[in-house]
Amino acid sequence: MALYSDKVMDHFMNPRNVGEIPHADGVGEVGNPVCGDMMTFYIKVKNDRLEDVKFKTFGCGAAIAVSSMVSEMAKGKTLDEAMKITNESVAEELGGLPKNKMHCSNLGADALHVAIENYRSKKSPAPAKEKSAAEEAEAVTCPFCDATLEESGPPMCQSCQISFENCPECGKLASSKDKLCPHCGAEIASKDKG
Amino acid sequence: MGNQNKNNGIYMDHIAASPVRREAVEAMIPLLRDGFGNPQSVHARGQRAAEVLGRAREQVASLVGADPWDVVFTSTGSEANNLALKGIAPARKKKSNRIIVSAVEHISVLSPARTLSKDGFELVVLPVDGYGFVSPARLAAELEKCAALVSIVHANTEIGTIEPIEELAAICRKADVPFHSDAWGTAGVIPIAAAKLGVSALTIAAQNFGGPPGAAALILPRGTPARALIEGGVQERGLRAGQENIPAIAGMGVAAELASKEMETTAAHCKAVRDALITRLPVEIADVIATGHPETRLPNHASFCVKYIEGEGMLLFLDQMGIMAASGSACTSKSLKGSYVLEALGLDAATAQGSIVFTMGPEARLEDVDTIISTMKPVVTRLREMSPLYKRK
Repeated sequence: MALYSDKVMDHFMNPRNVGEIPHADGVGEVGNPVCGDMMTFYIKVKNDRLEDVKFKTFGCGAAIAVSSMVSEMAKGKTLDEAMKITNESVAEELGGLPKNKMHCSNLGADALHVAIENYRSKKSPAPAKEKSAAEEAEAVTCPFCDATLEESGPPMCQSCQISFENCPECGKLASSKDKLCPHCGAEIASKDKG
Repeated sequence: MGNQNKNNGIYMDHIAASPVRREAVEAMIPLLRDGFGNPQSVHARGQRAAEVLGRAREQVASLVGADPWDVVFTSTGSEANNLALKGIAPARKKKSNRIIVSAVEHISVLSPARTLSKDGFELVVLPVDGYGFVSPARLAAELEKCAALVSIVHANTEIGTIEPIEELAAICRKADVPFHSDAWGTAGVIPIAAAKLGVSALTIAAQNFGGPPGAAALILPRGTPARALIEGGVQERGLRAGQENIPAIAGMGVAAELASKEMETTAAHCKAVRDALITRLPVEIADVIATGHPETRLPNHASFCVKYIEGEGMLLFLDQMGIMAASGSACTSKSLKGSYVLEALGLDAATAQGSIVFTMGPEARLEDVDTIISTMKPVVTRLREMSPLYKRK
């Protein structure tokens, strides 16, 4: 059995929408090379729709495939629709990812969402400030990049742009958007991940 | 997965798995087919198995310059490392509770060492320099205080650097502290004279010299105190209970004998390919650095970091084009952690992610280097074009 599904390999070998958009309407960057993956998404918005989406990714096969799939899924969607693309739906579209690679799919949708938020914050700066204030809350260290998370509020890594909760099985930090714990593969079913 | 490719592609991941020598397979098949027997049995069939075991013990001992009595067969190198750490250190706890290892040990040395440190042992991790060398002076300074055990790898298989174990063993002998060396990467590849070196324990594994998986050994000479890891029967001097894997051990013996004979030729052959890779790759592809020491290294091992890209992507592309290699990047490790070995050399995390390791066998050809470089060039360019780090340099 191969490490990745055929679809993942196709998107990895022939990634769609690689590149940058000069003067992009929104840019979203998540992850960092320490944790192995880093993605930058560029969006062009017209009439509240994603007219163009491009990305650059440093990372493994899964990270590149996820970026490609997210860009393809997002293109042509309204911003609200694109915000509803979940990490799970990306992984599903790719025909599944190995358990320990699920966090790559989290980064993909996150990067797109950050780019959209970036665009929206440029249009109306006030709510964005609120958001960034909420994002400043932290605890311990990020399981992906080892950056020190700040003291108060829900755990969130600024460099990886991932918020965390403790896996009920192994107790390690897992992304709040994960359905499965990236460490032990257990289901993090405690709350609705819609 | 890559079995078909293996026949017509370039396989340079011998450290991960190596083909079993035909002669070893031929020695094993009759034993599997109808040569069964338990060496503990009194009857003729059992005694024939005991003879096979005894012969393999001699062949394996001879490969590393040890006495046949010293050989304790285990299933894997990891098991042998565990036996060394968890067997020797507790047997010496009354003398000292300190365990000294290097920062570039295999995880099967580091993990048991960490476990012991939760169990009343103090763990000292010796740093290495930019090539991955442990400093003998630093070890000598640490041994001004007694220790239960010193364990230093002969050659780390991620960077290939060969440690000065002769000197390190002498320092330990002077301090009267047992010295274990994990030699699974070197045994059968370069000459080792265990008795002459005066090592107290040495890990070797059949897979590294053409023997079958499932056979390895800890060389444990008289005078090294040790406790069993698997308790029960009297097998392997009571240090490793359980019926011996006679066919695999016989295969290991045959492979050991062949390796003893052919080591010099194979090493010289691999070294030419290794040196071509090490001199050409960093020149022909920009922003590639060789890791480990360029000369004092495994003759069949070339390792690099390709900047601005991540190792797994490279491996997947190369595999599609028939080149099989390895990487120590976070993404290739199941734990998603970056390489502690490359970190110990002082490499930054992003550079370490671009790790790629080529380990060759006797089938390697000089032309393979041309193929590797011409295949890698567009792969590296392509991944760099995708990388957000590339432009930021």
